[in-house]
Amino acid sequence: MKELRLLKGNEAVAEAAIRAGADAYFGYPITPQSEIMEYLVDRQPETTTGMVILQAESEVAAINMVYGASAAGRRVMTSSSSPGISLMTEGISYLAGAELPCLIVNVTRGGPGLGTIQPSQADYFQSVKGGGHGDYRLLVLAPASVQEMADFVALGFDLAFKYRNPVMMLADGVIGQMMEKVELPKPLPKRETVEAWAVTGKTPERERNVITSLNLDALKHERHNLKLQAKYRQMEREDTRYDTYLCNDAEYIITAYGASARISKKTVDLARDKGIKVGLFRPVTLFPFPSKELATVSQHVEGILSVEMSAGQMIEDVLLATRCRVPVRHFGRNGGVVHAPGEILEALEQFINSKEKQHQE
Amino acid sequence: MTQDIISEKNLVYKPSSLLTNTTFNFCPGCGHGTVVRLVMEVVEEMGIQSETIGLSPVGCSVLLYDFYKIDIIQAAHGRAPAVATGLKRMLPDKFVFTYQGDGDLAAIGTGETIHACNRGENFTIIYINNGIYGMTGGQMAPTTLPGMKTSTTPHGRDVATAGHPLSMTNIVAALDGSYFVTRQSVHTPAAVRKTKRALRTAFESQKLNKGTSFVEVVCSCHSGWKMTPLQANRWMEEHMFPYYPPGDLKVDGRQLKIGNDLSVVA
Amino acid sequence: MARIRGAIVVDAERCKGCGVCTVSCSQQVIILGKEVNSKGYYFAEAAFPGKCTGCANCGIICPDGAIKVYRVKEE
Repeated sequence: MKELRLLKGNEAVAEAAIRAGADAYFGYPITPQSEIMEYLVDRQPETTTGMVILQAESEVAAINMVYGASAAGRRVMTSSSSPGISLMTEGISYLAGAELPCLIVNVTRGGPGLGTIQPSQADYFQSVKGGGHGDYRLLVLAPASVQEMADFVALGFDLAFKYRNPVMMLADGVIGQMMEKVELPKPLPKRETVEAWAVTGKTPERERNVITSLNLDALKHERHNLKLQAKYRQMEREDTRYDTYLCNDAEYIITAYGASARISKKTVDLARDKGIKVGLFRPVTLFPFPSKELATVSQHVEGILSVEMSAGQMIEDVLLATRCRVPVRHFGRNGGVVHAPGEILEALEQFINSKEKQHQE
Repeated sequence: MTQDIISEKNLVYKPSSLLTNTTFNFCPGCGHGTVVRLVMEVVEEMGIQSETIGLSPVGCSVLLYDFYKIDIIQAAHGRAPAVATGLKRMLPDKFVFTYQGDGDLAAIGTGETIHACNRGENFTIIYINNGIYGMTGGQMAPTTLPGMKTSTTPHGRDVATAGHPLSMTNIVAALDGSYFVTRQSVHTPAAVRKTKRALRTAFESQKLNKGTSFVEVVCSCHSGWKMTPLQANRWMEEHMFPYYPPGDLKVDGRQLKIGNDLSVVA
Repeated sequence: MARIRGAIVVDAERCKGCGVCTVSCSQQVIILGKEVNSKGYYFAEAAFPGKCTGCANCGIICPDGAIKVYRVKEE
């Protein structure tokens, strides 16, 4: 029997976390995602699944609490928004270095600095290209609906434990704050498995475990780094995810993720009504980026319009994926302004007209 | 003449069997070595090797896990109390301790220390105060004394520009979440015995779940202070103890008055 | 009257010649020797073993856990 609810994206994440059998949430208030912690404490999961919820004194403390709970082999998560994620970034680098799984929900807002509380996608580089010190990546899932906000929690935990690597859900204020019908995932049974690498107290039958990202022997640390890189290659092979809409006969393609993808889908419909053959290519994992798939889909197109609520960051991965063989143009509002479908259509038409003029010259 | 005495049955003291064979990486005579040893003696005597998880900081004792046969997490600089909070919330019946220096706990980790103790997290913080950053080569720490020379106060710490010596232990003792707060040293055998008792009290208090236990150990850092080990211990008594007087600041959740500590309420 | 006799064994390789044990010994038994270990430290040794009472002051303060202490009570 389906459980349908009308929930905000943030609330869907919280409800899904309890149902996914998360062991702990450590967080700190920051707009536009505070509802996640508020929803969790209100549901009092400590009385049902035993999930611990704790508000920390800072994002720095919160991510380090995640580090401690994850070191015990538990399913632990946090959530924050742009400035908070910047504070957490040292801890995230430590988590990746120490190979600790966890889920980090990032509901981004306009930057830089204190910026705005309105939505933005200007944290793509920070979230997808590592963001902290050292060669590491997060597996980044980009939800574009309240349903995906719910579905990606359990998925995120599974991927985090599969790779022993932090996983980030990169949403934004639109996806976090909007309300939508959502089918709630079925509660998972309590996980009893104890991770062999976890620190739970050295018992006679095993060697002691150490959770550390430190290695003073450079050659040993190089081997460790190559091991991390191998994980990212495996992610690329096994867990790249994307979505397409009307790309088969498309002469132009819009690439967009998250909220921009939702809005661009409307643009595709508007354009199709005017006879413009355009399709939408939506990366669902931003790392690993669906490069091969985008290259294939865009082989015969005239051009790609990369739509992001930023000055253009994912566009670099689009250019890399298509080896610059296809003209790519950026469109996007900045600072916290959310572009409308019509604006994107205008940009697309300008792009098409400028291309045709080139043909005539 | 004495060879006949040396046999297993006559053994009255040996380093804890929970120590690995790795020789310590501390400078000769460093108090870290003594405290690092004492912690395992307490864990061994309580028989809680399989129940205990340690947290090492960033600092001279960062490589704690090379010396201990227990599970250990190496925490980011200053963050051990937060990491320990996450760990202990997941494993409430395990014994957890953080082992931190003054740069780690009283500078970058000030926030984490105060808030973990304010929440009364049920673990033990072992805090080595040697008035300097040792591992990075002797820079000023929050606990550096007025006029004390370090590599970043070559002309002596000037409180007008670099602030006053910070006593975290007094602050922690004043927080309702702390339960047992003491300041010890390990520069004489008598002091070592007191420190070991204090560590034992701290670990035992975790069974009561009545709040954070906090053991500061004032140590010398003769490399940073540019003295011999024995000179450094004497200098510590004369100069560090007036600012950081050894003694219990809080027992069974009640603050005590010690020495000339004005900030401690009876 | 029962007589207590003690003895110590110093792990020369762990000792760093800091001298803390020499000032902690109530009987001034221990000195820093003339030989050096593989790291070049003059390691501690019992210069007057007969005077050792096995009180373990040296063992419990040693920053490197380099000293074992033995004690026997003789009638």
